[in-house]
Amino acid sequence: MNTLLAAFDAQTVVDAIGLGAVYALMAVGIGLVFGVLRLVNFAYGQLIMAGAYTLALTSAWPVGAGIALCFAVVITLSLLMDRLVFRPLRTQSPAVMLVATFAISFLLQSIALLKFGALGKPASSLASLNQAISVGGVDIRKVTLLAIAVAALALGALALLLHRTSIGLHMRAASTDFRTARLLGVRANTVIAFAVVLSGVLAAAVAVILTVQTPLVTPDFALKDTIIVLVGVVVGGIDRPFPATLGGFAIGFATGFLGGVLPTDLSVYLPSLVFSVVILVLLLRPAGLFTRGRASVVDRV
Amino acid sequence: MRRLAALQQLAIPVLLLVAVGVAGNFFSRSIEIYFRNSLVMVAVVAALYVFVGNSGVVSFGQVSFVAVGAFAAGVTTVPADVKPAALPDAFALIRDHSLGNVESLLLATICGGIFAFLIGAPLMRLSGLAAGIATFAVLEITHNILRYWTKIGPGAGLLSLVPETTGLLQGTLGAIAVVGVAFAYQRSRLGRLLRATREDPAAAQAVGVNVHRQRLWAFTLSGALSGFAGGLLVHMFGSITTEQVYLELTFLSLAMLVVGGATSLFGAVLGALVVSGLDAFLGQAEEGVDLGFTLDLPTGTRLVVVGVLMALVLILRPSGITGGRELSLRLPRRGAGREAA
Repeated sequence: MNTLLAAFDAQTVVDAIGLGAVYALMAVGIGLVFGVLRLVNFAYGQLIMAGAYTLALTSAWPVGAGIALCFAVVITLSLLMDRLVFRPLRTQSPAVMLVATFAISFLLQSIALLKFGALGKPASSLASLNQAISVGGVDIRKVTLLAIAVAALALGALALLLHRTSIGLHMRAASTDFRTARLLGVRANTVIAFAVVLSGVLAAAVAVILTVQTPLVTPDFALKDTIIVLVGVVVGGIDRPFPATLGGFAIGFATGFLGGVLPTDLSVYLPSLVFSVVILVLLLRPAGLFTRGRASVVDRV
Repeated sequence: MRRLAALQQLAIPVLLLVAVGVAGNFFSRSIEIYFRNSLVMVAVVAALYVFVGNSGVVSFGQVSFVAVGAFAAGVTTVPADVKPAALPDAFALIRDHSLGNVESLLLATICGGIFAFLIGAPLMRLSGLAAGIATFAVLEITHNILRYWTKIGPGAGLLSLVPETTGLLQGTLGAIAVVGVAFAYQRSRLGRLLRATREDPAAAQAVGVNVHRQRLWAFTLSGALSGFAGGLLVHMFGSITTEQVYLELTFLSLAMLVVGGATSLFGAVLGALVVSGLDAFLGQAEEGVDLGFTLDLPTGTRLVVVGVLMALVLILRPSGITGGRELSLRLPRRGAGREAA
């Protein structure tokens, strides 16, 4: 009995880490764009949705080709979003931009609904990754390992990029103080486009992982996840890449773990708990939980 | 003279609403619902305007007060003989008591107001992005609790058999009531203080305006009016689910406010009427409509069109079709236009 419980717990923990890894990737994607644009991209989930639909529609293709097209579609869409929506709104207040991305999010969902219907399309080309392998009595789905590996790789590469290359330096400068960075010769449009492309790459990677986990792609694909990751990013500290990522991971781990451990009649209220936490953090520690005494982006009265 | 000009600012939206209410009588029941719906949407958007328009703070949370009002009015007016079947798990207080139409609307107003006050007391410290995210969290929490707590409502199921009392008459009167209260508020001292904080928070604070208190007033009033609008809504449909008062309604009401012009009451009313009119037309066109030729749009077109419209207005004309001004029949003197409202 005890070993059964332990095995069950270990599995819950591994699955929770997998979810945390995916959410961490999304958190980085959202945080990168926020850093340079001060824009919370509500429509980030719809980039993932677009990637997922690409995978669903190319199920018959060779796997590699489908994934390549998925990346191409998501990156193109994020660049389009930047050019058509973010750039004209760059001078508006963050709240107006939040409303605008909320509108874009809804628009893209409606387009998906119009084009592909509400029932959903199956994306099955990578279904074999759902098979479990047994490690010390714990069944782990291959995709969970993939998620953790991709997250670790992507975060490592990103850290190198931000700290070891000149474009990374420009991005860090721009997210610290955009105006001063421009005065010192950082090209605004290049830096922003670069951040947008990076966040698109991450969204495409998340699309691949999520379609393996939930193969049925519907118009609200990744919507719930995006909302929860937004919460995590704010809780962690949206202003800094590392705390934001940690926030995304923590909220993914916490929801995954509590969802697995709590009985159903309690776990249905998990969203209420999560959203209460974000309200409390905004009120009590607006700079985020994982940041150290830094001026926050949250203005208060 | 100034009072006359002010009355005219109220009279034109009211006349518009009366015109919509009267016009609805000339159509068959399947079309008439669109007129009732647009009147209720005017109430929802005008309630949203009371807070968002006057304070300049974005809120994604006002629909949670609509939801609370809708369910409060709904569960109290389901006929007593079907209640045990409709709400098997409900508290005895809810199960054993029923209210009439008007009382249920009052209850919806009170519930919305109290809920908004309790939420707003801490939340109104926040501005900008933080306020947007926190109010969104409120919407999620309200939706989550209404969806799963079957002691206070139908849970995830459909609450049906609510008396359909929001006909054209109640819809028109209700919308006029909300617009009237919103107008009275924005003309009042409190409304002016709040708009001062919208234009320049630092200057307003410097002359002694308590920004938090003024925002809380507006948030509470907006919550009460939203609750009332929710009561109208549930009595219009005769049934409700939690999904009807969630993201889509939030999106639609914000779109209406933005398209009309978020900083004027006339903008809120006009935006609600224009967008819900467009929405109704497209909804019909999805079924197929005869315009000399048959226009038959695929299902789902309406949200795409409304979404595109909202995005275009935000990008090209952020102050909305009214330019964020109240309507005045006199042409504004050159350079004097900005002080309107």
